[in-house]
Amino acid sequence: MLFLIIKRILLGLITLFIVSLITFVGTEILPGDACTTYLERQAFGEQLEACYRRLGLNVPAYERYVSWAVNAIQGDFGYSLSGEMPIKEVLGPRIKNSLVLASAAIFIGIPIALILGIVTALWRDKLPDVAISTVTIFAMTIPEFISATLLILIIAIWLEWLPGIVIVPTDVSFLELLPNIILPVIAIAMIMTAHMARMVRSSVIQVMASEYVQMAILKGVPYWKMVFKHVLPNALLPAINVVALTIAWLLGGVVVTEVVFNYPGLGRLVIESISNRDLPTVQALAIILASIYVSINLLADLMTLMLNPRLKTLQIRK
Amino acid sequence: MTEIIQKVKNLSIGFKSKKGEEILILRNISTNIKKGETVGIVGESGSGKSTLALAMMGYVKHGLYTIGGECEFNSSNLLKMKNRDLEKIRGRKIAMIPQNAGQALTPNLKIGYQIDEALQLHSDLKEEEREQKISELLNKVRLPSPETIALRYPHELSGGQQQRVAVAMALAGTPDLLLLDEPTTGLDVTTQAHVLELLNFIAKDTGTSMVYVSHDLGAIAQVSDRIIVMYSGEIVLEGPSRDILKKPIHPYTYGLLKSIPKLSLAGLPQSMPGSQPQPGAIHRGCSFFDRCDFSEEKCKSNSPQLEYLEQLNTSVRCFNHKSLMNDSQVNQTVNKIKTSLQDKEILNISEVSISYAKQNLLDQVLNRISDDNPTVKDININIKKGETIALVGESGSGKSTILKSIAGLLRTKGGIIKFDQKRNLSSDLKERDPNDLRIIQLIFQNPDESLNPNHTVEEIIAQPLKLYFGLKGEELKKNIIELLQKVRLGEFYMSRYPRQLSGGEKQRVAVARAFAAKPDIILCDEVTSALDVSVQAAVLNLLQQLKEDFGTTYIFVSHDLAVVRAISDRVAVLYQGRLCEVGPSKDVYQFPSHPYTEVLLGAVLEPDPDIKPKLVAEDIVEEKPPQKGCSFQGRCSRILGDICKNEIPPWQITNSGNSIRCHIPLKELQKDQIN
Repeated sequence: MLFLIIKRILLGLITLFIVSLITFVGTEILPGDACTTYLERQAFGEQLEACYRRLGLNVPAYERYVSWAVNAIQGDFGYSLSGEMPIKEVLGPRIKNSLVLASAAIFIGIPIALILGIVTALWRDKLPDVAISTVTIFAMTIPEFISATLLILIIAIWLEWLPGIVIVPTDVSFLELLPNIILPVIAIAMIMTAHMARMVRSSVIQVMASEYVQMAILKGVPYWKMVFKHVLPNALLPAINVVALTIAWLLGGVVVTEVVFNYPGLGRLVIESISNRDLPTVQALAIILASIYVSINLLADLMTLMLNPRLKTLQIRK
Repeated sequence: MTEIIQKVKNLSIGFKSKKGEEILILRNISTNIKKGETVGIVGESGSGKSTLALAMMGYVKHGLYTIGGECEFNSSNLLKMKNRDLEKIRGRKIAMIPQNAGQALTPNLKIGYQIDEALQLHSDLKEEEREQKISELLNKVRLPSPETIALRYPHELSGGQQQRVAVAMALAGTPDLLLLDEPTTGLDVTTQAHVLELLNFIAKDTGTSMVYVSHDLGAIAQVSDRIIVMYSGEIVLEGPSRDILKKPIHPYTYGLLKSIPKLSLAGLPQSMPGSQPQPGAIHRGCSFFDRCDFSEEKCKSNSPQLEYLEQLNTSVRCFNHKSLMNDSQVNQTVNKIKTSLQDKEILNISEVSISYAKQNLLDQVLNRISDDNPTVKDININIKKGETIALVGESGSGKSTILKSIAGLLRTKGGIIKFDQKRNLSSDLKERDPNDLRIIQLIFQNPDESLNPNHTVEEIIAQPLKLYFGLKGEELKKNIIELLQKVRLGEFYMSRYPRQLSGGEKQRVAVARAFAAKPDIILCDEVTSALDVSVQAAVLNLLQQLKEDFGTTYIFVSHDLAVVRAISDRVAVLYQGRLCEVGPSKDVYQFPSHPYTEVLLGAVLEPDPDIKPKLVAEDIVEEKPPQKGCSFQGRCSRILGDICKNEIPPWQITNSGNSIRCHIPLKELQKDQIN
């Protein structure tokens, strides 16, 4: 078991190394660099040389990669171009904001998704299933920029209950941020919940049709005891991995929603730094998002392993 | 008159088709189960036997519904009962032992918990008493060290152990009626014999009534007092088990018994034409009309009623039972197989060993497999042209592994496989040239999985013809039609998809595909085990006919020793990937010499209440072959001592050409059989 964890962590680190190489090479191949972007039309002669020296761009690429990597491991990603601020300081509040958004969506979305999924599966083809399934399929198919815009129109503009876009500074406190995140959370949670509810539904239906559930019924196990003891533990195990991917997606992938609501999260930072050709920040973001995906997936796999007796013994036997 | 515990009255269960028609799975079933008796329900797949068993617990599967009739237990109709009341009967009064215990035990719950759950629901025992009771139950089903078994998860047990746990779970509620749905199908022969013996013991010990559902007349014969034969949703014959097995007075049962291969009789059994009609296909007349040898004009339009014959205590659904009554001794006639053996050796397997061990990095670099105890070891068989050689053994004996290596799906660790004395086939598929691939073809166990569901029969058979012979257009079509005729399928099958065919027809298409390549050797991997008994005989006869026509060599893998007896010239017995005995079938079957061969043959169930299985060895499951000595040392009842544990036994050759690998001297081995 311990050996397996170490092996998985090592594999994760290798993945991160490869990601960092790819982003580094990618930014190298692109025409132009940080200095030409920063200096724009003055990017020639003495000034360019000076900029290269200042940013340390005058040494060979592999040396720059090594020194960048060494610093990055220590949490120092160098300087952002646009504000000449340390990237660390740019990232900090953004990560916090993204975490706030993601955790709010998770705390609301996952329980609702589980309940809806289980209810639709247990009352399969009956009224609750038909009603909820129609709504979830509807919620899944509407793109988030439509639902987000509609939410702004109805709740922020017509009803004037909540602010439509986030116009607070990036580093406000949690309480000040709170009213601003309600609409983005609703917009994200709708899609996420719908997807997960569908998945939970099919997983529960599959387990309900299994021979061991039929056996439990024939053993005389009361209905709800059967659901909680025999069905749910087996049906929800595959959901762990989906939840993990959703969390990772929430942290870095909800770009559209963040842009629509002008939310200062990681997703919007990706867009901003790409359009500003702020390559050091892009590099840092790529590594951070990759680490989030790798570590959350690792956690999910370990959890599945721990909860599934079948996998556990298989590993021990090996 | 003994007390009746379950009364099934005019029961019909069915479903609505897409067109809104009512299609019946069970048609007007009436029967009674008496206290303390064991009733066998026998029928082929789709005859409705499992649906009937489930209905006896008041359970109707999703999608089906009760159309009429009742299942009465303690004078209340289970099919109309509320779930809450049913929960008090299920597991406590009526318990079920499922077909596949591996699937029927909840994977995330420990064995102990699952039995405890039944005890909590159906007894008033306190916690410590329940713990005691769990051990008792596990002991009763003869599981070793109950305390540790209780802490295990279902997947940590072998198939036989899982089945025993299911029995223990069913006994937890001390039920009055036990329903067993194919409880031994899917187990090895020796395990099956042991589980049946256990069930017999429990029936006697507890006085529980049992309903035993199976397609296997051999298993039914061992346990039941009374037999119900079902055909396409109806009871066609019901009566005391001895009479039914010895003097069946219904043509279907008669034909069924004739089509089962027997150990005592070499040669292929006679097959029954056609297959069971699909539910809803028969609207008028007798449902067995198409396949019946005794049918008359009136059978076509009139449905016979179930008629009770007082003097025989038997009910039968046939107009013609009287003519069968006079002459219905099952005098089995078999088609003797012609051996088309030639002297030329076509395949030489020498010193072959195969390993599933993972290569470590160094081995990968050096391209070798280092495993000093491989799954399959020291296989030496020389196969003559036109021979049918059978590999037999329990699961894990390596018989399919050897087939895969011959086919090139698995590379060998060592040894040589030579075709026609000269071509080396030891390498795997990638290194073989197209002709090497053509000469060896495989037929798989399950045609549902081996035929592409999105291809028509024409496309399936065309593939090898195009690949190996480059046929096109009219010529291709002509060849396909010829092949279909060879496997007794008409031209119109060409446009059909596999899902539109019955199991037997699908396997015929698979046979045609194998023969399309004009192979020299065909590997048959359990080709009949997914088929119904009546269809199995037809496929075996077909294979034999084709072999005589084409002079093909068969390597036949099966766990069914009676089938092997029927079709093979020579048998190789394998245990844990090592050969135990190789010899002509008639010698291996008549003079079982190796202790393991004796164990296997002793455990075969025959559809005859007078032939009881002999249980020689324990049905322990060994995970790995022993490091040294004889492979069978762990289970051998005749073990000599240290010599068996340390030295690999030598080959001993009998006068009839039978090779046996055992330390016990030949004289000693033969003497024992005479006694």
